Amino acid sequence: MAPGAAAGAIAVVDYGMGNLRSVAKALEHVAGGRPVVVTADPAVVAAAERVVVPGQGAMPDCMRELNERGLRQAVIDAAANKPFLGICIGQQMLFEHSEEGDVPGLGILRGQVRRFPADRMRLPDGQKLKVPHMGWNEVRQTKSHPLWHGIADGSRFYFVHSYYVAPDDAACIAGTTDYGIPFTSACARDNIFAVQCHPEKSAQAGLALLANFINWKP
Amino acid sequence: MLAKRIIPCLDVTAGRVVKGTNFVDLRDAGDPVEIARRYDAQGADEVTFLDITASSDQRDIILHIVEACAEQVFIPLTVGGGVRAIADVRRLLNAGADKVSMNTAAVQNPDLVAESSAKVGNQCIVVAIDAKQSAPGRWEVFTHGGRKGTGMCAIAWAQKVQQLGAGEILLTSMDRDGTKNGFDLALTRAVADAVDIPVIASGGVGNLDHLADGVTEGHADAVLAASIFHFGEYTVRQAKERMRERGIEVRL
Repeated sequence: MAPGAAAGAIAVVDYGMGNLRSVAKALEHVAGGRPVVVTADPAVVAAAERVVVPGQGAMPDCMRELNERGLRQAVIDAAANKPFLGICIGQQMLFEHSEEGDVPGLGILRGQVRRFPADRMRLPDGQKLKVPHMGWNEVRQTKSHPLWHGIADGSRFYFVHSYYVAPDDAACIAGTTDYGIPFTSACARDNIFAVQCHPEKSAQAGLALLANFINWKP
Repeated sequence: MLAKRIIPCLDVTAGRVVKGTNFVDLRDAGDPVEIARRYDAQGADEVTFLDITASSDQRDIILHIVEACAEQVFIPLTVGGGVRAIADVRRLLNAGADKVSMNTAAVQNPDLVAESSAKVGNQCIVVAIDAKQSAPGRWEVFTHGGRKGTGMCAIAWAQKVQQLGAGEILLTSMDRDGTKNGFDLALTRAVADAVDIPVIASGGVGNLDHLADGVTEGHADAVLAASIFHFGEYTVRQAKERMRERGIEVRL
């Protein structure tokens, strides 16, 4: 076993982008003593029981760091064979391509990452919708999934983003949210679950989702 | 629909929460982590720490507070005060802050906004603007905790920081701060309507209707208050209930 990887470990992939401490602390809070490891070591990711890929900032920077740190294959492997949670850019990178910086993603899920369309960012009363989409918005659960267990449909989660995912395959949509347009805010396929919001910053609903992930047996 | 946010603000010096009245006369209101937890339990949408520690040798205290907060409070945390360089931004984010707010340093060195936004993402960068009315419909930006005028127009500066890469603006009316007479709604609306990024209204909240006014009249995306929550006059939940009664979408 790789150093730093303990039995049942939850690996938080550190590719230098964003605040991993928040994600790790929220996971620890609900992990019931199971080890949570923040790691940049592909071997530790490979040895972990579950993998969380967070991400903040710009998609081109995230993809570059992932590649330069030699973590790309580890993330692809984890998404292929173990409980996998993508958060924010960690969700967006699963798709084929992003409009942000016109960069390719990992192509694990088919579809695009798009920017909120400036001409649609108005409420019916004419009020301007700001971008980034920042704050607490409702997530409609469009299919039942173990990660929604105990979380009321329409619960609010904390979002902060300017781009959203547009999957080709509607079957992988697990949740949607309205902001000027309806957009996909959660995806699920096999052992993969991914969200645009930040469960680590979403109070009780977010902690419930993370606890569900830790107990998930896909 | 996206909810309007209520953000309690904690002024912190040397590890303790205080609240200024017109930036002077500080009163001790307790331990920042305990207070942040209380606000989280009441349903606060975010918490902001403003580090007003004067002496630089006590600056690291805020990092320990942020670390402790990140272990116990699972809503977004913004930290401002004394941010001068990108290294300060990184230190705060690494300690567990979700956003870092900069004020004087942004005016002195606008590249800091651009550089840090490019490095850590615009969602992490809040520019705080302290503004004071100079003529009808005109507000001047002040720095150094409100002590130094810059001659800059607050609306133009808000548009400039958006262009530089700020993800959000924390707008404080110096005329209203500490007065309990309500936000400067004309200022709030002028800035909120002039930019495409979210604007947090601050300065002057004395009752719950002031918070609602900030959204309905001021067009703010979020409202920030300190003393009305610290001294137990109102809970965050009461504030949200009042906002909902006023037809505002909130997380309850």
